[in-house]
Amino acid sequence: MKYTLSVLVENQAGVLSKISGLFSRRGFNIDSLAVGIAETPNLSRITIVVNGDEYLIEQLEKQLNKLISVVKVKVLDNNTISRELALIKVNANSKTRFEIIKIAEVTKSNIANISANTITIECSNTTDNIETLIMLLKPYGIKQIARTGTVALENGDSSAK
Amino acid sequence: MINGAEIMVECLKKEGVSIVFGYPGAAICPFFDALYKSPIQSILVRQEQNAAHSASGYARSVSKPGVCVATSGPGATNLITGIATAYMDSIPIIAITGQVRSDLIGRDVFQEADITGACEPFVKNSYLVKNTADLPRVFKEAFHIATTGRPGPVLIDVPIDIQQNTLDSFEYPETVDLISYKPNTKTHPMQIKKAIELIKSSKRPVICAGGGVLSSGCKLDLVAFAEKTKIPVMSTMMGIGIMPSQHELYLGMLGSHGTRAANRAIHEADLVILCGARVGDRSLATPNQTTERAKVIHIDIDPAEIGKNMSVDVPIAGNVKEAIEHFNNEIGEYKVPAIWTETLSSWKAADQKEPERFEGYLEPKSFVALLSKKVRSKAILVADVGQNQIWCANNFKISDGRFLTTGGMGTMGYSVPAAIGAKFARPTRDVVVVCGDGSFQMCFNELATIVQNNLDIKIIVMRNTRLGMVREIQDVLYGSRHAVTILDAIPDFQKIADAYGIPSAFLSSDDDAENAIDEMLNTKGAFLLVCNVSPETPSR
Repeated sequence: MKYTLSVLVENQAGVLSKISGLFSRRGFNIDSLAVGIAETPNLSRITIVVNGDEYLIEQLEKQLNKLISVVKVKVLDNNTISRELALIKVNANSKTRFEIIKIAEVTKSNIANISANTITIECSNTTDNIETLIMLLKPYGIKQIARTGTVALENGDSSAK
Repeated sequence: MINGAEIMVECLKKEGVSIVFGYPGAAICPFFDALYKSPIQSILVRQEQNAAHSASGYARSVSKPGVCVATSGPGATNLITGIATAYMDSIPIIAITGQVRSDLIGRDVFQEADITGACEPFVKNSYLVKNTADLPRVFKEAFHIATTGRPGPVLIDVPIDIQQNTLDSFEYPETVDLISYKPNTKTHPMQIKKAIELIKSSKRPVICAGGGVLSSGCKLDLVAFAEKTKIPVMSTMMGIGIMPSQHELYLGMLGSHGTRAANRAIHEADLVILCGARVGDRSLATPNQTTERAKVIHIDIDPAEIGKNMSVDVPIAGNVKEAIEHFNNEIGEYKVPAIWTETLSSWKAADQKEPERFEGYLEPKSFVALLSKKVRSKAILVADVGQNQIWCANNFKISDGRFLTTGGMGTMGYSVPAAIGAKFARPTRDVVVVCGDGSFQMCFNELATIVQNNLDIKIIVMRNTRLGMVREIQDVLYGSRHAVTILDAIPDFQKIADAYGIPSAFLSSDDDAENAIDEMLNTKGAFLLVCNVSPETPSR
């Protein structure tokens, strides 16, 4: 099962390597990891998606909490908004261009760049929806993909602080 | 004006540090220079790894953090094994390393090594100081982190220019402000209540006491709880010495090299109370079998240890001392059914067997037992790693003394440097080392440190010309092919002692053991006793 963790860390040099080092030496596999400045400038929020069971998540939460630069660890439940940004560069010619633009519209994606032979689509959505978009674009020939990994926050008033 | 190195010394003074163990080098020269002008004693070891072991032996003997110092590059990397040992054994040490000039970091200059990066898995926290003004805060935090919660090593890496830069004045922070580090020591009343209920309803309970009991300083509380309830106690290797060895409720050490009574007891118990023990594989190789039969209460200050290797019915995250105090106050009249204590006593009695003797050799187990009768009260025994460690763990009878060994990391060469730290911490106590001929050859360079500082440390080398414990594994699992475990060309250890000016003796029969021990203990200053042990003598 996939779990999403929201980890608030002190914004210090080396904090990311401490976290990724912990994952590798304890044998946890990261699906995705995204990091950026949080609501206060001295803190960063790292969103980590991992595949595992309940035991692994409990261990992960406890081991992360032991790192001095980790302020708070929260395992997010279903009541969560999660988004990922993907840039997908796909082959496009005069015959296929219109179809691809249509796919982008239907999937609420934007056209970020267009050239004689390619279209680059920008999609901010859930990981599942991005997977769907990639599946739809595959037949046209995908040249490159860049994805940010998931970022997530709890819905409504609750806040992992 | 005060420079960074002087600030570092002032910080140590504020933390009550009176001694550091270290080895110099260019990048740490300013700090050693400042130490030279201070009342803090600087002890020169003969290899950096041993500075960390000495700091560990010191810390364990006085319940204060030990401090070790090394230079950048190879000095720092040599420290790593010692730091990792302290980490696995949960011992509070502060490791201070010099670093190349801060503007040169990352350019692979002479004696540069990324030591904070290299030590990442083995420290509670590490600092690479980039600004002289940060030093007081960093030192305050480092000592706080090393000594609170689950103790452990903290590394402070200080570039040479940071040691040289000056500030107008020195001010040490009164308090620590770490938003991300607030170790929980308070136990939850609900969990205590659940635990008490579980204990009261148990018929075959056992206590398994680990190193956490010693580091939280609740040895006597635990003994009192056991005596009050008659719950039998076993210990992990790190927990040896919590219960007096001869105590009627003590079952001995648990685990692959422990006593049969302890191992049988934990498998037949209906309740296991883990106190400051982390369920390491050498203690409990098959935790799942235990939990099939028994309920488990696990008390540990590190929540990550609870449930890591064993499923737990009542987790108690917090200070063991506090939990045991609650137990003592709230247990009421509960007593273990007599049938259980009687059964355990009979298993214990069945465990007593005469060790096998080999003609022309000393029998090490009875020797160690005899040694424990001869040393003075509160003696500190430091055992190395290997067969010598097991002989000591199972046969050295402790009443009020200490047993120091590296049960977690199992680092050969620990004993002599750790004993040096212990002796500086407790100069009036007997400090005795027991090591093997393998481990002695990993640390006998420290004989020079012993002599230079006139330390009264007695060293016993169990000489069986084998790496005995590995050889035992080879006998069982590798068809008795003794690959690289034969210590041929073994040096004459007495000549080595002589070279350092240390008196010595050679012992190869049980009949002479008492006299040899007397001679050793009655000799003023250091002494080396070489014990000729049969290669066939087993660990257990």
